[in-house]
Amino acid sequence: MATRDAYGEALLELGKKRKDIVVLDADLSGSTKTGKFAKAFPERFFNIGIAEQDMIGTAAGLALAGKLPFASTFAVFETGRAWEQVRQTICYSNLNVKLVATHGGISVGEDGASHQATEDIALMRVLPNMTVIVPSDGNETKQVINAISEYYGPVYVRLGREKVPMVMPDHYEFKIGKAYVFHIGKDVNIVATGIMVSKALEASKILNNEGIDVGVINMSTLKPLDTEILLKAAKASALIITAEEHSIIGGLGSAVTEFLSESHPISIHRMGLKDAFGCSGRPEELLKYYGLTPEDITKTIKIALKK
Amino acid sequence: MQHQIIRRERDVSFLEKQARLVRVEILKMLSLAGSGHTGGSLSAADIVTVLYFSKMRHRPHEPMWKERDRFILSKGHAAPLLYAVLAMTGYFDISVLKTLRKLGSPLQGHPCSRLLPGVEISTGSLGQGLSVSNGIALGLKLDNLSSRVYCLLGDGEIQEGQVWEAAMTAAHYRLDNLCAIIDLNGLQIDGPVSQVKAIEPVDSKWLAFGWHVIKIDGHNMAEILNSLDEVERVKEKPTVIIAHTIKGKGVSFFEGKVEYHGIAPTKEELMKALKELSEEGG
Ligand SMILES: Cc1ncc(C[n+]2csc(CCOP(=O)(O)OP(=O)(O)O)c2C)c(N)n1
Ligand SMILES: [Mg+2]
Repeated sequence: MATRDAYGEALLELGKKRKDIVVLDADLSGSTKTGKFAKAFPERFFNIGIAEQDMIGTAAGLALAGKLPFASTFAVFETGRAWEQVRQTICYSNLNVKLVATHGGISVGEDGASHQATEDIALMRVLPNMTVIVPSDGNETKQVINAISEYYGPVYVRLGREKVPMVMPDHYEFKIGKAYVFHIGKDVNIVATGIMVSKALEASKILNNEGIDVGVINMSTLKPLDTEILLKAAKASALIITAEEHSIIGGLGSAVTEFLSESHPISIHRMGLKDAFGCSGRPEELLKYYGLTPEDITKTIKIALKK
Repeated sequence: MQHQIIRRERDVSFLEKQARLVRVEILKMLSLAGSGHTGGSLSAADIVTVLYFSKMRHRPHEPMWKERDRFILSKGHAAPLLYAVLAMTGYFDISVLKTLRKLGSPLQGHPCSRLLPGVEISTGSLGQGLSVSNGIALGLKLDNLSSRVYCLLGDGEIQEGQVWEAAMTAAHYRLDNLCAIIDLNGLQIDGPVSQVKAIEPVDSKWLAFGWHVIKIDGHNMAEILNSLDEVERVKEKPTVIIAHTIKGKGVSFFEGKVEYHGIAPTKEELMKALKELSEEGG
């Protein structure tokens, strides 16, 4: 299940329970899956058309009028086109607006760089009052949507286009700001987010078989960062790998590096887009091209451990 | 590759034939790619054919020729249309079209000027092309060049605020070397433009913004040619051509269908479509 599909379902369920929920979209309700909510509750759905800045401002107004707005479009437009509206109108006033964007990362595929958000986490993370969440699978996404509806304040949630495997265990309970530890490794710990969690788990299986003790942490909340778990991982192993479908500048890799360099400096390798734009291609092909497969992770770890 | 000389042909039946061939190339490349934007590439095919085969002064073998007229595809998702006319007028070999949307291809899902000569500016994020066109038009005037700028926008696209900021800029600077063309096909992604978010009355909006407005049937070659001639006679203000079109035009089962905005023809659909287009050719 794609995380965007989980969003569509969660939003519909939430809409049934809470009458204060309103949803906005910018001519992409079929792709973002807000169309499900729109069909069930047409009077609480506002298609603002191809006008993302207007959509964000309207969401702010709805929040001021006592509603709980969810505003959705592709991540590149939600965070890029409307960035200053998000900054000035939503974050500066600390409004209760939920920005849930789909088509994050290069796994968007054939549409190419113009439609692949690879700087969105950086853009949202830098904003005061903003919470940033990147779920790893469908179940986690549903929990995230419920959790943020109970939380007051601006939140950015980044979802993907492609189907992803379920990675989180059944008993898992999402809490904002709490990372999930699959295992803490003695040789290396991989801190991953979004679709890279499943890639990290695959890489850890390969290496564990070769006798390397690899830990994996799902850092689904990038802000606020779970510093407690990071510190634990950094103290357990001398090497940390961060993995994200985003630029290595400003995203998870930066967040982890910023924190650890001040509190417990160790060796960190950031995996992600190395100051580059994405391009057209099939999603799996692109992950390979940009070095984000499980094999790339194992290779990076082996090289780093030799140093 | 042979250097093709653009004959700036005005013969309507010649242009109709070229437009048909442009549609054939669009459908073939989209079908091979397996994804991409069919409806909006077909709706603007006649207009862009006239621009590249007749109206614009350009040199396919010298894409950066200083005195060329410029075409800006603000509705960047119609990339297959741009790629078809660029290939057919000789910017690159026609065989490159089959690499559309594939890893490593210069034919990105949305046009990338860094990778493909002939593409003036990368587009794909809607609403940004008219501002860029204004900038080029201003620059051409500074250099005393008589080149013109043509900018193609979607009708859903004009919901973007930046379009109206640019509309005000163009009128303020009296950019009579600039022509915006709106592909008024009545559809966007989530449905008819009138239902998603109404834009009408379109003509009086542009009039109020200080533009010269021409309304045409965007599939009538003579009307397209005449409107582009009229553009050249307008002084001291920019012109917008509001072209009434049919999304998916040329393939009966794509015409007027919202759902064919962003999907490519299957193999079977391609065969049927090519048959229709060849029958039309007689
Ligand atoms: C800023 C921005 N927002 C959203 C999109 C996604 N999108 C691509 S095409 C499209 C609909 C365009 O409709 P229209 O302008 O009428 O184009 P046409 O009908 O000619 O294809 C949308 C919303 C985009 N490319 N850019
Ligand atoms: Mg349209």
